[in-house]
Amino acid sequence: MYGYIIRRLMLAVPVLIGVSILVFAIIRFIPGDPARAIAGVHASPEYIEQVRKELLLDEGLHVQYFVYMTNLLQGDMGRSTFTRRPVTVELAQRFPNTMILAVTAMGIAAVIGMSAGIVSATRRYSLFDNVSMLAALVGVAAPVFWLGVMFQILFSVNLGWLPSGGIGTWKHLILPALTLGLATAALIARITRSSMLEVLGQDYITTARSKGLVERVVIYKHAFKNALIPVVTVMGLQFGTLLGGAVLTETVFSWPGIGRLMVDSILTRDYPVVQGAVLLLAVFFVMINLVVDVIYAFLDPRINYGSKEVE
Amino acid sequence: MKVDNKVDEICELPTPKRDTELRQVWRHLRRNRLAMIGLGVLLVFLLCAIFAPLLTGYDPIKIDLGNAFKLPSTENLLGTDWQGRDVFTRILYGSRISLAIGLISVTIGMLIGVPIGALSGYYGGRFDLFIQRIIDILIAFPGILLAIVVVTVLGVGVENVMIAVGIASVPIYTRLVRGSVLAVKEQGYIAAAKALGIGDFRIIMRHIMPNCLGPIIVQSTFQIATAILWAAGLGFLGLGAQPPDPEWGAMLSKGREYIRTAHHLTTYPGLAILFMVLGFNLIGDGLRDALDPRSRKHK
Repeated sequence: MYGYIIRRLMLAVPVLIGVSILVFAIIRFIPGDPARAIAGVHASPEYIEQVRKELLLDEGLHVQYFVYMTNLLQGDMGRSTFTRRPVTVELAQRFPNTMILAVTAMGIAAVIGMSAGIVSATRRYSLFDNVSMLAALVGVAAPVFWLGVMFQILFSVNLGWLPSGGIGTWKHLILPALTLGLATAALIARITRSSMLEVLGQDYITTARSKGLVERVVIYKHAFKNALIPVVTVMGLQFGTLLGGAVLTETVFSWPGIGRLMVDSILTRDYPVVQGAVLLLAVFFVMINLVVDVIYAFLDPRINYGSKEVE
Repeated sequence: MKVDNKVDEICELPTPKRDTELRQVWRHLRRNRLAMIGLGVLLVFLLCAIFAPLLTGYDPIKIDLGNAFKLPSTENLLGTDWQGRDVFTRILYGSRISLAIGLISVTIGMLIGVPIGALSGYYGGRFDLFIQRIIDILIAFPGILLAIVVVTVLGVGVENVMIAVGIASVPIYTRLVRGSVLAVKEQGYIAAAKALGIGDFRIIMRHIMPNCLGPIIVQSTFQIATAILWAAGLGFLGLGAQPPDPEWGAMLSKGREYIRTAHHLTTYPGLAILFMVLGFNLIGDGLRDALDPRSRKHK
């Protein structure tokens, strides 16, 4: 088991190095003169030269990457060309906000998705099952940014119940988290339903029922626990997708997180911040996948830890 | 990984080989009410995209400030926007952009991903290891984030969105085809073809790829839906189509400024995206079931 975890950790190292190369390449592959692109259209030749020197653009790519990595490992991601503050400071301020949003969204998704999935599976083909599965289909297809705007129109503009954007109280969190969580809720509902249906068809459920156990115990203690493995796995993996969705949700609700910072930075051509934000999200995504794989290995005893490629 | 799970599931789907099997698949698809609804929705969008100039008398781009912010009426079915342009007309023309982005970006993803996946699965060894590590790196980015990264480098615009979304789709096809090839290449008839001295290229093209077509078709249907969502997201962020193009995501983004006074500017473009994505997802579900013998038996 520990061997598997170490092997899985080792596999993550080349991926992380690859991610760093790709992020490093963002600035270098900009068509034309990267220094001019970063400095801006109206920048003076002196400033363009200063940017060129800061990024070592006159050196070879391997030298640039080596310096970039050395700085990165020391926690130096450069300075924002827009605010002139260190990128790490910008990221550190925004990252907790993104985490709060993503974790709350996942909580909402888990509660709505699992509840709908369990009820749908136990009342198969009922009105609730049909309606909730239709809602799940729509939930997966609805663009997250459109859902957000619709919620703003309904709950902020028309009903005046919740703020339409910004950060501050728990009320500011509800709409963005609900928006971000609904697509994941839809997916969790579909997976919980199919997983529950599979488990409910097993012999040991029939045995549990024939022992005279009450239905609630059969459903929650016997079926749900076993149906949970694929659901938990998907939840973990969806967390990365949530981070992608957070880019859009944060923009809709003016939520000061990493996603919005990244989009603002792309539009202002603040490439060091773009690099930092992309790197942070990607590294976090890799870590989440790593943790999910390890948890999955713990949860599912059928996984063969001895095999070379357990992915 | 999420991609892996979905891809593994689709990898196992067989490919219909003869006319009779194709007919069988179509018969199962036809019986699937949701898939037929999805097909109907997409046909409507396709007809709208093709015959847009015949379905409306308005220009999607021409500014008419005297008509700005009109609410939906018989004259302007879905109202007009801040520049007096007919929203219904812009949505009709917008379906051309979304369909084009979906189809072209998925084609780009396929053209790069399928050959790489096929070679990776067929030859295995170090080449496979190398390709798979590169794919691991690309998969380390949530899909839309990878598309954003590519757009950041290439610059904004519809063409670059197609390329960005296409590149973001490459890992999915590579994994899918590699999985299918790995399953097929151990079959006896491949060993027989090798024993007969048939070249690798011919074996891959004539004997392996036809067996991977089913999974590729199913995945592509889902992938077009995802591509449309990603592209609309990029448009919404201001990184996709630029004004005055009637792209749905960009329309929605600009319409946000008027949600207090004219929410038809955000509601309808969003519904258009939703229905188009839903259409592709429903057909994808239907095709997957129709190609899956277990599901066919169950029905």
